[in-house]
Amino acid sequence: MGVSVAYSHVVGVWRSFFPTVSLEQIINLHKRFKQLSGNEDTISRENLDSIPALATNPIRKQIIEAFFDKRNQRQDEVGSFHEIGFEQFLMVMSHFRPPTLKTTEEEREVMRREKLRFLFNMHDTDSDGTITLDEYRKVVEELLSKSGAIGLEAAKAIADAAMLEVASTNVPHMEPDEFYEGITFEHFEQILKGLEMESRMHIRFLDVNTTTMHCGK
Amino acid sequence: MPSRTGSHRPASFGSSLPERALLLVLVLVFLQGSVLPLGAASSPDVSHQDKTDNHKVEAQGHNYTKKAFPVLSIDYHYIQTPFEISLWVLLASLMKLGFHLIPRLSSIVPESCLLIVVGLLVGGLIKLAGEQVPPVMNTRLFFLCLLPPIILDAGYFLPIRPFMENLGTILMFAVVGTLWNAFFIGGLLYAVCQIQPDNPSSLHQIELLPCLLFGSIISAVDPVAVLAVFEEIHINELLHILVFGESLLNDAVTVVLYHLFEEYSGIGTVSVLDGFLGVISFLVVALGGVLVGAIYGILAAFTSRFTSHTRVIEPLFVFVYSYMAYLSAEMFHLSGIMALIACGAVMRPYVEANISHKSHTTIKYFLKMWSSVSETLIFIFLGVATVDGPHNWNWTFVTVTVILCLVARVIGVVGLTYVINKFRIVKLTTKDQFIVAYGGLRGAIAFSLGFLLDPAHFAMREMFLTAIITVIFFTVFVQGMTIKPLVELLAVKKKQEAKRSINEEIHTQFLDHLLTGIEDICGHYGHHHWKDKLNRFNKKYVKKCLIAGERSKEPQLIAFYHKMEMKQAIELVESGGGVKLPAAMPSTVSMQNIQPKKPPPALPPERALPQLSKGREEEIRKILRSNLQRTRQRVDISYCKTLLLHVEMNNYLTVPSAPPDSPTITRARLASGRDTDFKPAQKQKGDKISPDPQAYSVKPTSDSVPTIQVDLASPQSPDSVNLMDEFRNARQPEQDEDRGLMMKPPSEAKGPKRPEDAEGAKDQQRLMRCLSDPGPSADEDEDEPFLP
Repeated sequence: MGVSVAYSHVVGVWRSFFPTVSLEQIINLHKRFKQLSGNEDTISRENLDSIPALATNPIRKQIIEAFFDKRNQRQDEVGSFHEIGFEQFLMVMSHFRPPTLKTTEEEREVMRREKLRFLFNMHDTDSDGTITLDEYRKVVEELLSKSGAIGLEAAKAIADAAMLEVASTNVPHMEPDEFYEGITFEHFEQILKGLEMESRMHIRFLDVNTTTMHCGK
Repeated sequence: MPSRTGSHRPASFGSSLPERALLLVLVLVFLQGSVLPLGAASSPDVSHQDKTDNHKVEAQGHNYTKKAFPVLSIDYHYIQTPFEISLWVLLASLMKLGFHLIPRLSSIVPESCLLIVVGLLVGGLIKLAGEQVPPVMNTRLFFLCLLPPIILDAGYFLPIRPFMENLGTILMFAVVGTLWNAFFIGGLLYAVCQIQPDNPSSLHQIELLPCLLFGSIISAVDPVAVLAVFEEIHINELLHILVFGESLLNDAVTVVLYHLFEEYSGIGTVSVLDGFLGVISFLVVALGGVLVGAIYGILAAFTSRFTSHTRVIEPLFVFVYSYMAYLSAEMFHLSGIMALIACGAVMRPYVEANISHKSHTTIKYFLKMWSSVSETLIFIFLGVATVDGPHNWNWTFVTVTVILCLVARVIGVVGLTYVINKFRIVKLTTKDQFIVAYGGLRGAIAFSLGFLLDPAHFAMREMFLTAIITVIFFTVFVQGMTIKPLVELLAVKKKQEAKRSINEEIHTQFLDHLLTGIEDICGHYGHHHWKDKLNRFNKKYVKKCLIAGERSKEPQLIAFYHKMEMKQAIELVESGGGVKLPAAMPSTVSMQNIQPKKPPPALPPERALPQLSKGREEEIRKILRSNLQRTRQRVDISYCKTLLLHVEMNNYLTVPSAPPDSPTITRARLASGRDTDFKPAQKQKGDKISPDPQAYSVKPTSDSVPTIQVDLASPQSPDSVNLMDEFRNARQPEQDEDRGLMMKPPSEAKGPKRPEDAEGAKDQQRLMRCLSDPGPSADEDEDEPFLP
């Protein structure tokens, strides 16, 4: 198949950490990619912005930003792209793969950390490795952004309370004049331990065991 | 009963007087209950006779012998029915009490077993006394009175999220699993009954259809039994919801199969058309039940919107609408259980947003109480009915039934899981499958359905009943008792006791939106997409209709946050400021550790406040710690609010209003730096009275000051502690006075951040002022001058 030859390198890259992906799914995603990019080779932020269904999503900006964030490309770079190609698109999508019955405990741990890292990167907008109070406030504000005035007032209080919780869970005994800089990745992992991210943060579409669903045309 | 408790008495009760008294009461109640009906057999006739005599004589008008006026007479028949009901309920509840007094019994034997044993004993005693055992397992009583509270309790508090997430799996188990069980058991039983050609027995007379009917009765997992047993083993949420959900949803299947086979047992054949109609009937029964329940749920939610002036009857609406949903569904032979579940689940989010906190508590505790009593009664009655019921023990039939039930369940679960796991993300492991299979308990519903069988049509009814009871006893006793140790042995994941934290809630919401967004980017309309659509529909239209006032617009995160605040405030008030920690772990972290140290910006309002030396700071903190024991223990947002609360309370109670000119006031005003408006820093600096030896200040940053959260007084949170509002309202008229001590409601705050710090400072000073007793650890003399 012509397509498979053309994208064999992509498949190879992706298969290295998403071993069970099927060719059909990559092809479907590629079709979608082409559709979003208007048959170009790269997508820009405007392309993603123009998806109508995303308009009602309160955290739309963060989601779009996550695609262009270099930290999500698993290459230890920082900064952001201006445009991304299919390979980078796939790389971001791979964060949403589900565990299978064969996934071992260790692999689950790795997967969980990876997904939490993705979330962390979404919150840590200045890439300094910690989520400060301001950044967290911003997160909650965005979440409540569709709720008008009530949302904005409460957002601050909620973010403060959440931060307090993180601090008290991770650093139980702080002197009164110590200052809690921000949520580090370890603390972030700690507080979200109970959510079992590897089972929750996935898109069904990427589960190869299910019957492949069509990308909406 | 006396003998049983008597033998335990020396070992377990020791010599505690109250417990002995309780036992005495128990014995008396029981004796009264059993003796009175016997004794009353004679006396009512006597009194009745008296009455008739008197009436007859009075009618004649003359010639009567004057009898003595009956000072004391017994008329048992007058009160018989309610009295007996009350007696049973009392007996059941006392039994429940009794079990928990015996130290280790309740941890080894599940309550359901004990209650059945009690029922057996009661039934046995009644029989020994020669009395006729009351037909307690009256099917109408069971289905109309005893079952609904349990189901409503389950449905109202059903955890919706895990239920919906696993709905596919649950439906598979409930529908396909039950069908498989029914046909497997029924079919194989028929086959077994037909063998033994040399030794014809009564078994040969049983035809296929009655066997299938029997199979359908016995195959359904019983919600009452499952609840009773699973509640004690605290298993993880997934398994709990799987087994429990299955037990609830298989009601539709059971209803249809039961009616289908019962109808056609007389005729003897079921045609394909009937089978087809049966399938349609199933859909009607299931969906119709859900629809009826949903309609009543919406009605209840709508009604609760208008109850703000009659809070007292709010719980009544919840109960009555739900019960009517059940009855309406039963009227049409739809699935009453599914109607109840649907009603409770649909109405809950809206009703909870509308009703007062007290009503919520009332509903919760009434439901728990009723369901508890119902459950107890059901098990006791099961025991009593066992003693009473006509039995026909047939070794073959009964043992084959028990074995087939187990085998069918195991095969069904394993087979279905194999198929289901292809569609699930979180696969079911072998351990999970074992628990699901082992947790398939049968209970009173099966018995009642068997009881309902018409003896005229079903000659083998007694044999069926015996077999059903045996299976019930087997599952409840053997499986019920051994499941706990097995769970321990297999190290099955237990229920997480951790309270839901706000971080988890934030991220759950965040994740929902994230996944919806990713699905949209993929162009894939997965179930996040539809869930999101449903939520938006709900928010836009439904909530507006069904929730009163401002709460209809409140996003879920904020609702959660308010609920949490409320809970903590109430815990705090209830704990009375004691040393007991409401929060999970003690932490010295407070808001001051989190608020970023503000570098002096261009116009720092804080500079208005003179510096506080480190020593002073320590003093203040010590005073705070000693007088407000909670300060150290507050680990979260409520720290600030409780501080405020306590301050307000103290202020309100102890401090008379000080004259506006007193040095304390000026000092406070000075330090607070404002009357009503925010004054720029430079101006305030000039106001400082430096030589005042008691001049103190608060450090510019908000580190040392508990910041008062703006959110508390927001008018959008009607659920905030009313105490606060009262105090605030009491304060309002005084605000205009130039006291500078009042806590301004945040809505009047001019700047978003600055007033908080100033208010916090004011707060602290007010605290100093009103503390008449600085407490033992305030060792500095300089503390005294702070006081009025």
